[in-house]
Amino acid sequence: MPINYYIITAIALFCIGITGVLTRRNAIIIFMCIEIMLNAVNLLLVAFSKMFHMAYLADPAKAATSGIDGQLFVFFIMVVAAAEVSVGLAIIVMMYRNTHSVDVNFLNRLKN
Amino acid sequence: MNISQILFWILTVLALGSALGVVLSKNPVYSVLCLIVTFFAISGHYILLNAQFLAIVNIIVYAGAIMVLFLFVIMLMNLNAEVEPQKSKILKFAGFIAGLCLFLVIVAALKNAEAKTQAAQLASGDIGLIKNLGTALFNDYVLPFEISSVLFLSAMVGAVVIGKKE
Repeated sequence: MPINYYIITAIALFCIGITGVLTRRNAIIIFMCIEIMLNAVNLLLVAFSKMFHMAYLADPAKAATSGIDGQLFVFFIMVVAAAEVSVGLAIIVMMYRNTHSVDVNFLNRLKN
Repeated sequence: MNISQILFWILTVLALGSALGVVLSKNPVYSVLCLIVTFFAISGHYILLNAQFLAIVNIIVYAGAIMVLFLFVIMLMNLNAEVEPQKSKILKFAGFIAGLCLFLVIVAALKNAEAKTQAAQLASGDIGLIKNLGTALFNDYVLPFEISSVLFLSAMVGAVVIGKKE
């Protein structure tokens, strides 16, 4: 599969995530859109890793391990995303307990 | 057009459509369900690229753990379409235009990229198998692996400290 199809798909997913962050006011939906953006980057990293694996397929010294770093980066991104979600949802629950709303426009005290 | 390419297009349309569903649906519960479909479509992409370990981890971590957490929080707060805060029409329109412009800018910036002539290997190649990934992870990436366990510990402590009543 040509790599530019994967590039366009990942860019489209990332931009849908950006659009969601810009157009929604619910803090949980904004958080979910950030997850979409992380997944777009993960998809692109895996596609690039397979692209480099294919590029070095003829080279016997590199054929076994080329492109493996990209997939390990995706693994570490998933680890960080899981930690981020647990802390972020705890913050949102605390915000809901204090203000009884998940509206991000409520949190504008820095503006005044 | 062989079976891999047909699967690629089906999964791409599924991922993009359900990602749009996350952004566009009024009810937060429907947004979470659309997000689960997006994660399964991306896992399908990983299987198509023969990255089997990442596909399973994606399903277990995202669709299994993270989405259950999201659904739990949404149902705990009893959110639905009636109490959902909405931005004004003009702000929504501006957001969509901004997202579209970003898409066009990135696509235009990559118009002459060198890598675009290459192809990704579908349905073959064994770097995504757990044996090779595990060897690389515990030889070259031992230190990041151990540091990520410390990160998990601190995230757990942080979530408990934030969540408990003071």
